[in-house]
Amino acid sequence: MSAVADTHAQDHHHHGPAKGFSRWLLTTNHKDIGSMYLIFSFAMFLLGGSMAMVIRAELFQPGLQIVEPEFFNQMTTMHGLIMVFGAVMPAFVGLANWMLPLMIGAPDMALPRMNNWSFWLLPCAFLILVSTLFMSGGAPNFGWTFYAPLSTTYGPPSTTFFIFAVHIMGVSSIMGAINVIATILNMRAPGMTLMKMPLFVWTWLITAFLLIAVMPVLAGVVTMMLMDINFGTSFFDASGGGDPVLFQHVFWFFGHPEVYIMILPAFGAVSHIIPAFSRKPLFGYASMVYAVGAIALLSFVVWAHHMFTVGIPIAGQLFFMYATMLIAVPTGVKVFNWVATMFRGALSFEAPMLFSVAFVILFTIGGFSGLMLAIAPADFQYHDTYFVVAHFHYVLVPGAIFGIFASAYYWLPKWTGHMYDETLAQTHFWLSFVGMNLAFFPMHFLGLAGMPRRIPDYALQFADFNMVSSVGAFMFGASQLLFLLIVVKCVKGGEKASAKPWDGAEGLEWTVPSPAPYHTFSTPPVVK
Amino acid sequence: MRVHAKRAGVLLGSLLFPAWSMADWTLNMAPGVTGTSNEIFSLHMTILCICVAIGVVVFGVMFWSIFAHRKSQGAKPANFHENTLVEILWTIIPFVILVVMAIPATATLVDMYDTTESDVDIKVTGYQWRWKYDYIEEDFGFFSNMSTSRDEIYNRVAKTENYLLDVDNPLVIPVGKKVRLLLTANDVIHSWWVPAFGVKKDAIPGFINETWTRVDEPGIYRGQCTELCGKDHGFMPVVVKAVPQEEYDQWVADQREAAERERELTEKDWTMEELMERGEKAYASACAACHQADGSGAPPAFPALKGSQVALEDMDAHLDIVVNGVSGTSMQAFGDQLNEVDLAAVITYERNAWGNNTGEMITPKEVFEYKNQE
Amino acid sequence: MTDANQTPQPPRRTNVRVVGWCMAGVLGMFAFGFAMVPLYDVFCEITGINGKTGGRYESTVAAERDENRTVRVQFLAQNGPDMPWTFRPVTRSIEVHPGEPVTINYFAQNPTDRAMVGQAVPSLSPSEGTLYFHKTECFCFNQQPLEAGESVEMPLIFIVDKDLPEHITKLTLSYTLYDQEVAPAVSDNSRVRKTTNDNG
Repeated sequence: MSAVADTHAQDHHHHGPAKGFSRWLLTTNHKDIGSMYLIFSFAMFLLGGSMAMVIRAELFQPGLQIVEPEFFNQMTTMHGLIMVFGAVMPAFVGLANWMLPLMIGAPDMALPRMNNWSFWLLPCAFLILVSTLFMSGGAPNFGWTFYAPLSTTYGPPSTTFFIFAVHIMGVSSIMGAINVIATILNMRAPGMTLMKMPLFVWTWLITAFLLIAVMPVLAGVVTMMLMDINFGTSFFDASGGGDPVLFQHVFWFFGHPEVYIMILPAFGAVSHIIPAFSRKPLFGYASMVYAVGAIALLSFVVWAHHMFTVGIPIAGQLFFMYATMLIAVPTGVKVFNWVATMFRGALSFEAPMLFSVAFVILFTIGGFSGLMLAIAPADFQYHDTYFVVAHFHYVLVPGAIFGIFASAYYWLPKWTGHMYDETLAQTHFWLSFVGMNLAFFPMHFLGLAGMPRRIPDYALQFADFNMVSSVGAFMFGASQLLFLLIVVKCVKGGEKASAKPWDGAEGLEWTVPSPAPYHTFSTPPVVK
Repeated sequence: MRVHAKRAGVLLGSLLFPAWSMADWTLNMAPGVTGTSNEIFSLHMTILCICVAIGVVVFGVMFWSIFAHRKSQGAKPANFHENTLVEILWTIIPFVILVVMAIPATATLVDMYDTTESDVDIKVTGYQWRWKYDYIEEDFGFFSNMSTSRDEIYNRVAKTENYLLDVDNPLVIPVGKKVRLLLTANDVIHSWWVPAFGVKKDAIPGFINETWTRVDEPGIYRGQCTELCGKDHGFMPVVVKAVPQEEYDQWVADQREAAERERELTEKDWTMEELMERGEKAYASACAACHQADGSGAPPAFPALKGSQVALEDMDAHLDIVVNGVSGTSMQAFGDQLNEVDLAAVITYERNAWGNNTGEMITPKEVFEYKNQE
Repeated sequence: MTDANQTPQPPRRTNVRVVGWCMAGVLGMFAFGFAMVPLYDVFCEITGINGKTGGRYESTVAAERDENRTVRVQFLAQNGPDMPWTFRPVTRSIEVHPGEPVTINYFAQNPTDRAMVGQAVPSLSPSEGTLYFHKTECFCFNQQPLEAGESVEMPLIFIVDKDLPEHITKLTLSYTLYDQEVAPAVSDNSRVRKTTNDNG
């Protein structure tokens, strides 16, 4: 029954990590690779965040003060690309690397060498992407959605490098996803049936399938762009018989599931943290699993809700509107389950719980604005305004980012063997919470008042809220340096953490000592 | 059903709206001036209120738990973790709410897609970074550029009221008439949006899209391009002037006349000799009083044209002075006093008479374009 | 939900098999991305959703006019980026009976001092009408070369289908004329463009 786990247990018995740089370059240890993913993603988070600071500084007042429109567009584009592909996705892969083997009682990921390779592709991809900033003609300036023909016929020369970078990221994500699937399917401890898997494992399994389904489509669409730009084809060029709208269909076929790739693992993590700090089992485990599955399936048939204004015939509009509204049902089930988990628990509010509660509240607000956007006629007013910007930042900042912070604080004692500084962490939370709301809530008002997105300058009636939003953004941005401080402090020392520092926590990861030894579960545990 | 939704929206909206309508701190969508925009507004309010209501219930339960079920307050955790009935209920109830929301939304969408029976058809073409409007049945069209100056954008002078939202030639439409808009683009995808109309549609190169509007109140309505279209995406506003029918008819007549004139000028190929001949006459009647028949002028008030820098070098500056005059001097703006042919003839004459042998000529068409680009 | 003691463990797959299936999925989806191009074209052809009108129409039955109904057909023309030709419909709009073949002309002139080749790309609005708009002869079927200074009247023969839905009373046919030899001068790399044009 546990043949696979046994073979792995008999693998080379290192007694500890190698020394120096080659440890990190050549490591196949899931914990090392997980740490590298997390560190890399935080570096990208700061880089993408500093671009957001440039954007908000320019938008602090009407008029052009700090940057030219051309550079402003590069900033919005790079901010989006870096945050999506560099910060959020690698952070979740990092969490998966660290926690999946610990949660399912496996000694390592199923394909450790591929794991190493998929990590080291990422710095290469982002080196290429960031280097476009220094190329003649500048970095990509067509938005992270890179609609043709702005990105093909009218793109800067660096577009080819951007395409290459996206290819490499895609390969990295796909390899990561295959590894996750193989690990989860083949390396669970004896007795851990699918319906006994922790929810983080479940959500990652489904995320991995989404990645495998859509990253190749992204690779396909950038390949078509590459061919249009360099090899004279006309996939997206009307003059040669192509159709620019086709680009949007293919892109959003990737793009909408991508949104769930960035949120589902956070759903999973929060589904561990809320029960742990409510000291009460998760409400509706099975319905949580089914809800995630339903969301993933529906995500394939809603893509055109990003394209309500391109002139889709009414039958198409109605289909995509109904399908999109339907997503509210499983999402609602998840929110209700979390609230029911908290209901009549014994709650305490350490940093992971604070971030998780904020996650539920703010993600739900983002969900509401998503529902409003799903109403096709109303979307004609909301589309491509700051209302959309507010919506997806409410989904991604408290959703993905807060989910990652919550996970980081929750598992930091396990990773480092020390407790983090709770006071500083709570300060980090409140600064982030206030900053985030101050930055993004006014964007709803701006959008409803008629401010288009992706503009470097705006009419005077939008001035007040933009200033508020910029102040909030600076506050949010600056408070992330505090997180760096907290983590460094925690790695260096602090109160020793026990194997299970949270009294309400459940799961195999808490059965190994803190910090988790370099090799864990060499002999698989038995799950009853 | 739509009426119900509207009523509910207005009712709930009126409860919430007073607190929300502050001067410059606009918090909510404006109802707009068309049937469509009003329908959208009531849909928006309905769904917003439903969301707020659900939010109040869900967050209410949550905050109650946060308040009452704290460990520090000595709360003892319960151990329940499923309840099939509750789980089925909170799957079905949201579904029913969604169906209720979908009904008015569908009705509004059907209305928005009904472009039939239009009275005026206008083609809107997006360019990097301006709009072109062609009145399909009327045979004329024009470009519409942002008229906010670079000085305002770069904070060198104070910003005016309609900063970034002013154009040289607004789109003019009659009130109370169904206007069908056909959208396309020259280069990249643009999107034409006027919030007050509830109309937004992408303009896609090589393809044509359509939408419509019927504006009930005369006025000037402003919007912007809403699809990232490159560097100056933020600087291509949409301005629409809705005017009463008579005023519209007069405007159309003027535009047609101008277009007709333009065509005449285009069709005729003026030669240098023809322009010189005509220019001499025009110069004699319009310019010679000050600048003298031999171009020697009467400095300092009336500079000489013979051998002058303006007449010998920069054609654009020359054209600018003749068309727009020089403020603070006796040089008038002749742009409205002379027609394009005479303007072109005079300038050509001035650049080639009295030994100013530049050999350069300017055609009436070029003058026309110059005058209409402002 | 599931009780481990009673439910047998699912059969363990080897890593090679899992990776194999995943790679098959990856390749399949990559191919699917490309397959969306022809699929979209087929889908558009069947439903007419993007307003791209079809190729040459071969009438199988003798045309029969529907005298009880007229449809207004409008003609638009615009140039693609940096296309210097004069290009306009000779007739701005026309009332037609469904079922009758109608001939109209577009005028094109090459005012430059070099020979050029143009290609007109059609688009029809409302897109719902696309399926009911048949062209039996159209200049857009072929590329149009013009010598320096040359001008031409290009014919279009079309039939509005009798089955055109009743609520459509106006059709707008728009042509965008593209220069087929030089790509739009945008970024600094000049690109030679092949046409993959196969639309009518």
